[in-house]
Amino acid sequence: MMDSNGKLKIILPLLLIVSAILFAGCTGTTDSPATATPTQTAVATSTATATATTAQPVTLTVFTAASLTGAFTDIADAYNAQSDGITVQNVFDGSQALRTQIEQGAEPDVFVSANTKHMNALVDEGYMDNDTVQLFLENSMAVIVPADNPANIKTLADLANPGVKIVIGTKDVPFGSYTRQVLEKMNASESYGPEYVDAVYANVVSEETAVSTVVPKLTLGEADAAFVYKSDILQEYKDQLITIEIPAEFNVVAQYPLGVLASTENKDDALDFIEFVRGPEGSAILEDYGFDPIPESQ
Amino acid sequence: MGFNLALFILISLFLLILIFPIASLFLKITPEEFVRSLSEPVVVDAMVLSLITATISTIIVIALGTPLSYVNARVKYRGRAIIDTLTDLPIVLPPAVAGLALLMAFGRRGVLGSYLDLFGIQLAFTTVAVVLAQVFVASPFYIRQARASFEAVDPIYENAAKTLGASKVQVLMRITIPIASSGLVSGAILTFARALGEFGATLMFAGNYQGKTQTMPLAIYTTMQSNMYDAISLAIILVVISFAVIMTVKYVTKREI
Repeated sequence: MMDSNGKLKIILPLLLIVSAILFAGCTGTTDSPATATPTQTAVATSTATATATTAQPVTLTVFTAASLTGAFTDIADAYNAQSDGITVQNVFDGSQALRTQIEQGAEPDVFVSANTKHMNALVDEGYMDNDTVQLFLENSMAVIVPADNPANIKTLADLANPGVKIVIGTKDVPFGSYTRQVLEKMNASESYGPEYVDAVYANVVSEETAVSTVVPKLTLGEADAAFVYKSDILQEYKDQLITIEIPAEFNVVAQYPLGVLASTENKDDALDFIEFVRGPEGSAILEDYGFDPIPESQ
Repeated sequence: MGFNLALFILISLFLLILIFPIASLFLKITPEEFVRSLSEPVVVDAMVLSLITATISTIIVIALGTPLSYVNARVKYRGRAIIDTLTDLPIVLPPAVAGLALLMAFGRRGVLGSYLDLFGIQLAFTTVAVVLAQVFVASPFYIRQARASFEAVDPIYENAAKTLGASKVQVLMRITIPIASSGLVSGAILTFARALGEFGATLMFAGNYQGKTQTMPLAIYTTMQSNMYDAISLAIILVVISFAVIMTVKYVTKREI
């Protein structure tokens, strides 16, 4: 008994060290996506044609920006109802979180980003099937306040009043960086200026990482105002929220790209889904949610 | 021999599952990157806020939890099992439930929060909310340990002190608490560690604002979406602190009387 304990004492750390080295070796190889991608694409296209001929049930995983939660839930339902054996499954989160997940090894079939920055990064790193990446949607920013308006905000100028609790996005999440762009434009304008913008920033109580957590905080009345996408003001929240429009001169045009992942084994099906999103049915749903679909010819 | 080998393989496998991910944190960052991120404001702010709030939370838990633990250890009253269970509940509650519960209680339109709001007191999105969330989720770690420690104190010493003319307070301060102290200390340390790691309820109830409500776990969540190295550095610091805390608890409890 003592003997085996003694052996254990020696072997256990050794085993840990060996496995740690093995592990370090593994991470070394996965750290070079540039070399891995060409082979992955080759495999992907060959299996894609294979699945097309056998017509087996396929589940497409679509990584979708949180601001599209409502629209893409409806689009997936509509698509699944009419598609033959293809089921679309959305994963919603902040675009930057989805990008990080892809960089860390997640393999969705389609990525839908709320801005070009995160899509371009994935394109540059070789994660996307570059020919399939396209802009398909535009959106812009608005300010929302709860319907009972506890801080009595009537205009954009009221956001600078002392004690107003404002929620925005972190600088890395698209709706957060757009908010900063809007405030930058107001900063440079004669009608608002730096003092106004400083006061607005001083009123920020929370920086959220996805737009989907902002609206509930507003409807619960925990915050007085938030900068969100125009499209975040859904039908179901219409009576709980008041929208304050941001004039075009200060507003930004958010462009949404989508594309097929290089590693997908379902490229044809993924392209079919994208076609549906951009087609009449998909566009109608997107318009319902306050987005401006970009016509396909562009 | 076969038995020993099987034992060895199973133990190794289990340890690997536990140790591998943590070791990987250290393998994925260079010492230079680690040192560089230590001077990032987002990292520094989160560390300072975390240490301050976790300390305050621990003090609150000790101040409010000690009397409860003492009474539950010494007094048999109707409903004691229910009170005991309720105070244990936060251990098993998912963070989302804790966060939602805190919002419903202390939020601006919460059951109590709406009254506080009348006096101009708002808790959500403040550092106070961070402390409340930490107290809520971390208190069971102290209360459980404290009650067990008080129960382990042999009443013979207390009775002896009483017969020598000591008052109730004197008995508590000079006899009971000193004898139970190692258990109380280890409970407090565990509470501090749990407060330091609190994430979900804080995110929901206190929000995420650098320097005010962004504790280390929230900063890890936020920075991993922009700078993975900052996130890994913070994670390593948390791992090291947690390791030190658990080692300290082991050391303290070993010296129990």
